Amino acid sequence: MADDGIGASVRRKEDQRFLTGKGHFTDDISRPGQVYARFVRSPHAHASIGNIDTSAALSAPGVLGVYTGKDLAEDGVGAVPCGWTITQTNGELWNAPPHEVLATEKVRYVGDQVALVVAETLEQARDAAELVSVEYEVLSANVKLDQASNSDTAQLHESVPNNTCFVWGLGDEEATKSAFNRAKHIAKLDLYNNRLVPNAIEPRVALAERDSGDDSCTLYVTSQNPHLARVILSAFVGLVPEHKLRVVSPDVGGGFGSKIFVYTEECAVLWAAKQIDRPIKWTADRSESFLSDAHGRDHLTHVEMAMDDDGKFLGMRVDTTANMGAYLSNFASLIPTYLHGTLMQGLYTTEAIYCEVTAVFTNTTPVDAVRGAGRPEATYLIERIVDESARIMGLDPAEIRRRNFIPSDAFPYQTQVALEYDSGNYGPALDKALSTLDYKNFETRRANSETEGKYRGVGISSYIEACGLAPSQVIGSLGAGIGQFEAAEIRFNATGNVTVFTGSHSHGQGHETTFAQVASERLGVPIEDIDVVHGDSGRIPFGYGTYGSRSLAVGGSAIVKAADKIIEKGRKIAAHLLEASESDIEFTDGNFTVTGTDRSKSIAEIAFAAYVPHNYPLDEVEPGLDESAFYDPPNFTYPFGVHVCEVEVDADTGEVSIERWVAVDDFGNIINPMIVHGQVHGGIAHGVGQALLENAVYDESGQLLSGSFMDYCMPRATDVPSFEIGQTVTPCPHNPLGVKGCGEAGAIAAPPAVINGIVNALSSLGVTHVEMPATPQTVWQTIQNAKT
Amino acid sequence: MPTVSLTINGKKVVADVEGRTLLVQLLREGQRLTGTHVGCDTSQCGACVVHVNGKAVKSCTMLALQADDSEVETIESIANEGELHPMQAAFKEHHGLQCGFCTPGMVMAAIDMVNRIPNLDEETVRHELEGNFCRCTGYHNIVQAILAGSKAMQS
Ligand code: FES
Ligand code: FES
Repeated sequence: MADDGIGASVRRKEDQRFLTGKGHFTDDISRPGQVYARFVRSPHAHASIGNIDTSAALSAPGVLGVYTGKDLAEDGVGAVPCGWTITQTNGELWNAPPHEVLATEKVRYVGDQVALVVAETLEQARDAAELVSVEYEVLSANVKLDQASNSDTAQLHESVPNNTCFVWGLGDEEATKSAFNRAKHIAKLDLYNNRLVPNAIEPRVALAERDSGDDSCTLYVTSQNPHLARVILSAFVGLVPEHKLRVVSPDVGGGFGSKIFVYTEECAVLWAAKQIDRPIKWTADRSESFLSDAHGRDHLTHVEMAMDDDGKFLGMRVDTTANMGAYLSNFASLIPTYLHGTLMQGLYTTEAIYCEVTAVFTNTTPVDAVRGAGRPEATYLIERIVDESARIMGLDPAEIRRRNFIPSDAFPYQTQVALEYDSGNYGPALDKALSTLDYKNFETRRANSETEGKYRGVGISSYIEACGLAPSQVIGSLGAGIGQFEAAEIRFNATGNVTVFTGSHSHGQGHETTFAQVASERLGVPIEDIDVVHGDSGRIPFGYGTYGSRSLAVGGSAIVKAADKIIEKGRKIAAHLLEASESDIEFTDGNFTVTGTDRSKSIAEIAFAAYVPHNYPLDEVEPGLDESAFYDPPNFTYPFGVHVCEVEVDADTGEVSIERWVAVDDFGNIINPMIVHGQVHGGIAHGVGQALLENAVYDESGQLLSGSFMDYCMPRATDVPSFEIGQTVTPCPHNPLGVKGCGEAGAIAAPPAVINGIVNALSSLGVTHVEMPATPQTVWQTIQNAKT
Repeated sequence: MPTVSLTINGKKVVADVEGRTLLVQLLREGQRLTGTHVGCDTSQCGACVVHVNGKAVKSCTMLALQADDSEVETIESIANEGELHPMQAAFKEHHGLQCGFCTPGMVMAAIDMVNRIPNLDEETVRHELEGNFCRCTGYHNIVQAILAGSKAMQS
């Protein structure tokens, strides 16, 4: 292994600029003549809009324009679409109401946008926004998830009876019923998967600019997938034709799903930039982020597991109500269905499964993907019901998992819920995690804690995820309106250094380093001579962006494909220069060599020949050394792993402290272990945040109570321990790098590990479940209830 | 408009500012020092930490006018002739950053931490980071980086 090749913890190339304050975040960009936008947002969760009086705002100092939904409608601006059509259990299509860029008839959540003010300075825009007077007729709000589909609950959209977007099912309902009929034991749980605010530390920004010379536009935006944004903005919202629109997402300060989507704000700003012909910048303040970034999770679930006398899983049924919020965000419908229902097999041989999901609208912020997206919800309910199953069977939680794991010789494994797992070997990951934690001596540690008046528990979570999104034809058949291949271009410059263009987007994942390692190893070019470019539809052929732990598996594979094309062409050029036959040319470590001789040309020499093609096989190959590739994966990838944590509960305060965290993940081959560990750390902290701290809470009138960092508890450094990270390696059999994806694993594995740990700690009190977030208050109350 | 006069990264700056202009706005918009970031509006996240007269300050929580006559140092000034400050180098070595957005505030807070507390241990570092959020790293590597940076600064 080279020091900077595949498998080396190469220090990151991008760090220099971030560490010296020279990053290029969207808000760091200022364009000549730039002006500022501010949105007028609804203070009500549900209201009819009456007259909007913009006159005072229009005559305020510095104001250049005040726009309402009517202005956009008159200009033919379309609605923001949801890209995944759902067919319901009854065979009918879903109810997908439009999401207007600026609301015209009604507002449907606190923060819904009714007008846009543009002014010379941000302060002027803010001041003028206060002067826009909107008449509201306040309607009763629908905020309770368990009552949202009642006919007497306030109705959000005329076209959506009972606020029900869809009822969708997956699996074999009849077979599952018969499994439950045969069952000797049935475990049951009711769970709430708490609503999260994504809270990337960089707020969203949109800076739109029109070039009147050729009537083109550039949108700088905090996006995880600029090309898809371009397609949506042009084809669906109808703002600018695709070839006239450039979308640039430079350095992006964390995404966690929330920056996948095209939001109404960037649509409005782009449209307004065309009206006034000045660059317009909108930067969310954190309060706006809380209200308007798509939230995540928010599922109510009833789950049951049917077992035989040995604790073998015969059947599982799941009934989930998923909150869509007020409107359908771009991928809202995908999350509780094909990213959730399809994961119900977990790591187990459960013989029959049926999962039904009812998606409902409420007067809350739209809900979409947040780190893990559907898979944390699935894993949470599976791993909780597995622990509950162990409890009622009197089995060790590790033992019941072992009994039900899909055996390593059963792959490829066809699940009951549509996916085919390509590979897996679960036992060793569990064994490694347990031995690292010293599981067998846990009871001694529990007893020690008890002498100090603390309850100690151990929580196991074994997870699988479907990553590497996605085989285009498969998702197309399931309702996707998009493909999910990835694009790459490798350009040798005449002097031998290399630019790699990727359609993946890095917002913390370190692609500039990892992808350079891949290209370096493949092409034999030193890593310092390779630059990776991402996040610009004007420079990169195409891209489906970064989410669903897809970048290396799909984007990295595209880079490999492009590199192979370069080598193939290089071989022809080398054969000519070395006067040998092409089949005699070997390529190793960046050199084309005539087999069995020392006659050789470096790839840099080949690149030079390609750009100065004097002695060159022009009749056989074109000049230049620049190759593009598009890679569409044949299947998803299936990372898996086992996380084990040890928690201590203070019975007097209800406080939970995480004493140890052991993770054993299987991501297949690893390019840069340092970066992978970092991804796991961040994911776990996110999951611990969900399990212990974070909760988006609405009051009855639909006000977001936890709408700032003062009220919404983000994980701080004191809330998480140092992590012990390990791996097993089961390479993905179907992509050229054998990689699977690692960015979401921690957020998927962590919540059930924590809750299983707390329940285990309090099991002697008879506690069988604790709801997330397990705040001191919740835990203390649970203990009190158990004691009485 | 009132005038503020101060030293920013060793350079004398005189600027007209509104009374409500925050120090971070003066840095980012007035001086184009965009390394200092804004992550919140309630003084919690720490993305905006700079040094004012040698002490860590959240520049979103201070009016520009309050910095009159002060010495302000930002992330842009702490590397020496292209050589990273030991704390910056430690963040790189220990992968203490991912998206890089919290990073300038983290590094400035960490240097201040070392200046105040000579013998940092893990628990103290975690406690001291109370005012700095990172959504990416899970803090593990930030803590390692600060412990290593602290050693390097003192050697
Ligand atoms: S910007 Fe968040 S604390 Fe200053
Ligand atoms: S590195 Fe992204 S928020 Fe800290």
